[in-house]
Amino acid sequence: MRYLTARKRAEGKGAAHAGTEEHWYMTVSGVGLAFLIPAFLFIFGRAMGSSYEVVVETFSRPIPAIVTGLTLVVGLQHFIKGCKGMIEDYAGGSTRKILIIAVITISYFLMAAGIFALAKLVL
Amino acid sequence: MAQGKPVERPLSPFMLGQYYRLQMTSVSSILTRITGNALIVSAFLVVWWLVAAASGPDYFEPVNAFMTSWFGDLIFALSVLGVWYHYLAGLRHFLWDAGHGLQIETAEKLGWVCVIGSVVLTVITLIIV
Repeated sequence: MRYLTARKRAEGKGAAHAGTEEHWYMTVSGVGLAFLIPAFLFIFGRAMGSSYEVVVETFSRPIPAIVTGLTLVVGLQHFIKGCKGMIEDYAGGSTRKILIIAVITISYFLMAAGIFALAKLVL
Repeated sequence: MAQGKPVERPLSPFMLGQYYRLQMTSVSSILTRITGNALIVSAFLVVWWLVAAASGPDYFEPVNAFMTSWFGDLIFALSVLGVWYHYLAGLRHFLWDAGHGLQIETAEKLGWVCVIGSVVLTVITLIIV
């Protein structure tokens, strides 16, 4: 049985053990994405469907490369926390841990692959 | 606590299902989660396309052909709809966090703003790009 009362578990930094840290991160990254997403949609939408030369030329310029890199990194960090919240709502125990680890791994892999591609296009 | 038996406290049932009637606030909330998580598919495609562009024209052409096929267009059109819905729903959360728009009528109206607004923004985006 649990020796802690429900009230005791909620005290201090609460059951999440991190207080409102994640909520605050979602607010900050959300504000960032509110500016990044329209710019990214414009840049990416214009480039998609263009010829290979135009695509390479687009992403070798600083603004499209920086906006795309930021959108990927901030967007995927935002995704990690949002998806983690969903997993914590619907799964428990080892399933929860495995799913969270998988989500974080896939997200960092996508960030690394995206940054690698942009670096190669810029240089 | 003499028996040391924990009290079974009732839990609130899930917002969708037999316990609650379907309503704008719950549906618009779960849609935020669905669109946000579904966007991982778009992230995969965007990164794949960028890696293809960085790998050279030989690898880029088939990947680009897939992305610009009717199937690719469909996925990206849905992604744009998802991203705008999630965008507006996120702005709605900022409003709520600041303590505004929490009255039931206003919250329901804001749900419609997200649904209709995302369709309008998607059409505008697809026209511009």
